[in-house]
Amino acid sequence: MILPKLMAGLFAGCLLTASAMAQLTMTGAGATFPYPMYSKWFDEYAKVDPAVRFNYQSIGSGGGQKQIIAQTVDFGASDGPMSDANLAKAPGKILHIPTVAGAVVMTYNLPGNPAIKLDGPTIANIFLGTITKWNDPAIAGQNPGVQLPDSDIIVVHRSDGSGTTYIFTDYLGKVSPTWKSSVGSNTAVRWPAGLGAKGNEGVSGQIEQTPGSFGYVELIYAAQNKLPIAQIKNAAGNYVSPTTDSVTAALASAQVPDDFRFSMTNAPGATSYPISGVTWLLVYHKQQDAEKGKKMVEFLQWALTKGEDMAAPLDYAPLPQALRDRVLKRISEIQVGG
Amino acid sequence: MPPRDKPPAVVPRMKPPSRLGDQVFSIFTLCMAATVLVLILVVGWQLWSGSRMSIHQFGFHFLVSSDWDPVNDNYGALPFIFGTLVSSVLALVIAVPLSVATAIYLTELAPLWLRQPIVSLIEMLAAIPSVILGLWGIFVMVPWLRVEVLPILQRYMGWCPLFHGTIYGPCMLAGGMIIAIMIIPIITSVSREILVSVPHLQREAAYALGATRWEVTRIAVLSYAKRGIFGAIILGLGRALGETMAVTMVIGNTPQISASLFAPGYTLASVIANEFSEASDLYLQSLFEIGLVLFCVTILVNLLAQLILKTFAGATVKQ
Repeated sequence: MILPKLMAGLFAGCLLTASAMAQLTMTGAGATFPYPMYSKWFDEYAKVDPAVRFNYQSIGSGGGQKQIIAQTVDFGASDGPMSDANLAKAPGKILHIPTVAGAVVMTYNLPGNPAIKLDGPTIANIFLGTITKWNDPAIAGQNPGVQLPDSDIIVVHRSDGSGTTYIFTDYLGKVSPTWKSSVGSNTAVRWPAGLGAKGNEGVSGQIEQTPGSFGYVELIYAAQNKLPIAQIKNAAGNYVSPTTDSVTAALASAQVPDDFRFSMTNAPGATSYPISGVTWLLVYHKQQDAEKGKKMVEFLQWALTKGEDMAAPLDYAPLPQALRDRVLKRISEIQVGG
Repeated sequence: MPPRDKPPAVVPRMKPPSRLGDQVFSIFTLCMAATVLVLILVVGWQLWSGSRMSIHQFGFHFLVSSDWDPVNDNYGALPFIFGTLVSSVLALVIAVPLSVATAIYLTELAPLWLRQPIVSLIEMLAAIPSVILGLWGIFVMVPWLRVEVLPILQRYMGWCPLFHGTIYGPCMLAGGMIIAIMIIPIITSVSREILVSVPHLQREAAYALGATRWEVTRIAVLSYAKRGIFGAIILGLGRALGETMAVTMVIGNTPQISASLFAPGYTLASVIANEFSEASDLYLQSLFEIGLVLFCVTILVNLLAQLILKTFAGATVKQ
């Protein structure tokens, strides 16, 4: 029979290529938000070190945390920091490595789509359902000269659990005590008002279709689809447009603790965009497999230096230099094979 | 053993055929049938064991509470059960008359050359992926509803609580309509097959008695086929209860119980699809319990339907 021979040949062939390349596969899972950034990195890194191949599954931050705790992946990825309870479940110390930051932007559908300015409490009140009309004094007062219609504000939020919602609700909690006590922040919350739409594309599709609607999407998504974007008043009192620069500025002014678990919403700097968040890679401080651990450290060092330069063209905000240095120092402390 | 009515003198020339094949065949099909049962049991057990923590924490309260709050870990399934049942019933109300009428037209009235093209078109409708229908829903159906249909409904029927309230666009009605579009092909095709299988003698007898075309259809065809058509509707309902993607995209995803069909709603299947990937601990367990509830609702609705079918069939025999 030809078939078994063919199969044997194929099998041998596979073995040969595998041993000739001696390729190491690093598996990771988690956040969907940085997926385009990470896949670019993995692509580029294949040219730097052809011996390593990355396999990343963007299954969501929750899944990434679960899998790194269960040690079914070599690294996890998350848009929110792990809770103390979850860290305690892990068999070893898990490091948070911030990689890039992104922003959540407010987009809308108004006649002629004028540029509008909003502050945090107003956004919170709109999402709480206490401001219901576009020509409400709270909005009109911040936008002198802008024609605002006397129509209902149709609030659109994400219906799927997402890191974007986490950043947005975290911000609302910081600027509105009512939001903090009655709704709170999470990847999904009990929304007091509005419609739920699935994914960035669902929210923006809904807003595009509905006159008078108002919602939030990721900066990357808004920038690539040329959506109207509101300027947001930051903690220093300035109205700021979301750009990779204003997000990096927010990162530079945020208080970052030594374990790198931090929230950077409502950051104090004069040019900081207030609704932004960082995303993390999760790795064990003690790497079990010496060879994989060594390669992991090399990759992280590359990502935090060369990799950061690739962020802005993809509309992700790179880390400011001072923070990069702190993270690199932490990466160098990872114990390989112990 | 030779049959009794044959004379014993005759010696069979051939060996009787082996029964082995029959036995193997019977055991094989039994196994296949048992697989379905085992699968259902395994799925049910898995859902139950995945939601133990949530069942323990909330108990019966889970089914009657309207609170869905991932921040404070408080979960209740009532708005989702409501949304699933209402959107499915709405879909049936829209789809059943359309589908059954189409099936009757195709078997009784349509010119022969037209039948096959229409049947093919309907089958093509069934082949459209759910997510594509959902996109069409967002970009075509919902804007059309919001601009053209809902305001007119509200103007002339606004006195009825079903058509009250703010018009958002995505709403329970949109959800019901998109499900209706998805179950029309199933109900139509199955009903058509059943109508085709009604014996010609049945029709001819009615014609011979001087019945008009409508009377023939009503007395001879429909009463003969109604059991089967009911079965077709149940098949459609099963699909409607579990439909996820397209509904999620047009229903508005708001866990609330509102009398108005213009208000956004939420279904059991949608909340699982939306929130599963980021959930953990009690939150995840509650989503598992939502799955268990959906599983039970589907089974209950099917049992109920079979019960109705039995009473229904009994009535037919008595006539």
